[in-house]
Amino acid sequence: MATHTAIDVVMPQMGVSVSEGTITKWLKQEGEPIGVDEALLEISTDKVDTEVPSPGEGIVQQILVQEGETVEVGTKLAVIAPDGAEPAAVADVPEPATAQAAAEATAASDAPASTPTSETVEQVRPAAQGASETTAEDASGESSDNGRTFVSPVVARIAAEHGVDPGALAGTGRGGRVTKRDILAFVESGAPAEAAVPAAPAQASTEIAAQAPPPAPEPPAPQAPAPRQAPPPLPAQPAPQPPPAAGELFEPMSAMRRGIAEHMRRSLDTSAHVTTVFEVDLTKVAQIRGRLKSEYAASYGVNLTYLAFIARATVEAIRNWPWLNGEIRGDKIVTKQFINLGIAVALEGGKGLIVPVVKNTEEKNLLGLARAIADVAERARTKRLTPDDVQGGTFTITNPGGWGAIMGTPIISQPQVAILDVEALVKRPVVITDENGGDTIAIRQIMNLCLSYDHRLVDGAYAAQFMKELKQNLEGWDEAAY
Amino acid sequence: MAEKTYLQAISDGLRQEMRRDKRVFVIGEDVGVYGGAFKVTLGFQEEFGPWRVIDSPLSETAIVGGCTGAALMGLRPVAEMQFADFVSCAWDQLVTVSAKQRYRAGTPVPIVVRLPSGGGFSGGPFHSQNPESSFAHIPGLKCVCPATPEDAKGLIVSAIEDPNPVLFFEHKHLYRRIKADVPDERYTTPIGKARTHRTGDDVSVITWGAMVYTAEEAATRLEEEEDVSVEIVDLRTVMPWDKEAVLESARKTSKILVLHEDTRTGGFGAEIAATIAEEAFEDLDAPVKRIAAPDTPVPFSPPLEKAFIPQVDDVVAGLKELAEY
Repeated sequence: MATHTAIDVVMPQMGVSVSEGTITKWLKQEGEPIGVDEALLEISTDKVDTEVPSPGEGIVQQILVQEGETVEVGTKLAVIAPDGAEPAAVADVPEPATAQAAAEATAASDAPASTPTSETVEQVRPAAQGASETTAEDASGESSDNGRTFVSPVVARIAAEHGVDPGALAGTGRGGRVTKRDILAFVESGAPAEAAVPAAPAQASTEIAAQAPPPAPEPPAPQAPAPRQAPPPLPAQPAPQPPPAAGELFEPMSAMRRGIAEHMRRSLDTSAHVTTVFEVDLTKVAQIRGRLKSEYAASYGVNLTYLAFIARATVEAIRNWPWLNGEIRGDKIVTKQFINLGIAVALEGGKGLIVPVVKNTEEKNLLGLARAIADVAERARTKRLTPDDVQGGTFTITNPGGWGAIMGTPIISQPQVAILDVEALVKRPVVITDENGGDTIAIRQIMNLCLSYDHRLVDGAYAAQFMKELKQNLEGWDEAAY
Repeated sequence: MAEKTYLQAISDGLRQEMRRDKRVFVIGEDVGVYGGAFKVTLGFQEEFGPWRVIDSPLSETAIVGGCTGAALMGLRPVAEMQFADFVSCAWDQLVTVSAKQRYRAGTPVPIVVRLPSGGGFSGGPFHSQNPESSFAHIPGLKCVCPATPEDAKGLIVSAIEDPNPVLFFEHKHLYRRIKADVPDERYTTPIGKARTHRTGDDVSVITWGAMVYTAEEAATRLEEEEDVSVEIVDLRTVMPWDKEAVLESARKTSKILVLHEDTRTGGFGAEIAATIAEEAFEDLDAPVKRIAAPDTPVPFSPPLEKAFIPQVDDVVAGLKELAEY
């Protein structure tokens, strides 16, 4: 499908806690034709390295971010124009690079295979010349020196600390670069941070906040986000950061850490969290698992974990209690016919967390779920997740029980409404009532399951009945059905 | 308090320690009857006698080897290399014996080796070098490089007190050119502590030895002509060096020039620049810049030597470049 208007290619969102990405390689150069879904560039974030496909068919009209640069999610990276399109669109681009400058940059990058021929350059040049005289001059003035776009480490740090976009400031350094003094003067002037953030990134951050996966279809137009769903604005006046005192150490926050911090705070500000705890007897599951484990390993190469059993039983219970798999969107309740399970995976050292999603778990049996969970967990730990892997979750399971935790009150991953916390499996003496009504004390394998839910949508009785069914599914595990 | 030259300050500190502590003695080529090539020990033999002010044979190996042995037997020797350049003859004794002894056997080696160093007077390749980085690289050796008379006196006292081998690089170009008030009484200047020679906000110069004055002249010019405020950190000690003071200045100005008279490659400035990049990366607003001598022997010819040793104009240009970055 050929595009009729110019399409912007933006830095995709690579998971909720990723706020920026680095261009590692342009696979197409300016002036080259490209098909829809054909790989356009390679990007890298702290979690995912991936190719970005072209959203449309046409000609790569402009490359706005060069290799090696790191930009925020939502930043415009390139423009795909329809074949033979009018060049007028160029004038609308905020920071145009002339075709000549881009060609020079490409030539300098020493990639003979992808260096455009002079004909290619000539093809594109009229586009830049089509813009008004002043625009073309400004553009060449800017692109002839890297200063305008280069952000030094200290400026990047101050910008991050104060939520300021250095690109929006006037720089006094070489080539118009924003110096430490420039950005400090801006911060000290007390100008609101948002004022300095251009519209496009602001929009992008709203997208992050809404956690709408970019490739997914947007909700129908009338369902504009209600005010209460809007993310809290960036603090306009961050408190001054005191220097480290004696005995204190400073370390910079990673992009992942900042993402988690923002998301967790926002979730507590959004949802009315309630946690309910159920005690579940997993003795039967333990026996079945003991029997199946070696078979699964030998026949399928799959490690059969308790988590797989719990995920499978959860999916079954959700079928009857669909609001736990739902979402509040504006003033509408959204329920979903698919159950995409997010599985929280801690990264090494406990410093960082990512929630890969197993899609369409309603279609998977125990084996399929066990395999899918093991797959995403492994790829999360080895940083091989794709953007699709971390998007579109509808219900989340977190599993701190492996470390011996017995109770937790997890925070919901927005915009979901529930998260199930799997606790440690421990042997406990419990009272069992036999069919004659006689009581005995037995040693059973007991696990606590804690469900945090959003009381805006889910009431206590609804949540408790869901948990009751989950408990029954596990305690009376039906091997044939699961 | 009296005004003294850099040379008199060293001489003073040495004399005070010899009066105070009978274990202290000096040894070197012509340090006795002649009073030393630069007259640092002039009159010492008359005061302390030939057994504490020893004229040695022309053998740096023997001087440092003898000092090491004497130190092991409980004395506090202060050796003079006639020129720092000749210390290469004593490399084995210093590096293999003195520096390692404490690690191998637990016995301290409290020796001081005085090294008249630096160029600027057409001394040529054998009489002008600044070999501090070679020795800073050897674990077990300390290297001090005072720039002011006050520090020269305080550091020679600290060096004699120190239980480890200390190389005392005294810059020949400062000997009689630099004068300042020096306290008469005994005092020490800590080894491993830098001194802020001049405070500023826009750019920092990290330097030591004679380059402190080159930096100062450049900073004055820049402040007057360009309204750029320059901070100068005088390391005073190259090993151990005051990392915290350097990082603090880096965090303050975010633009750093490392300046030294020694040649560039593998010079101690490289260590400083690397440390700033490692530990203050997020505070940098410009690349760390080095100004040092080119990687050649020191030339005899005055114009060539001037081109070789970093000059005020070079530092002004480097600082301007950083300020404008």
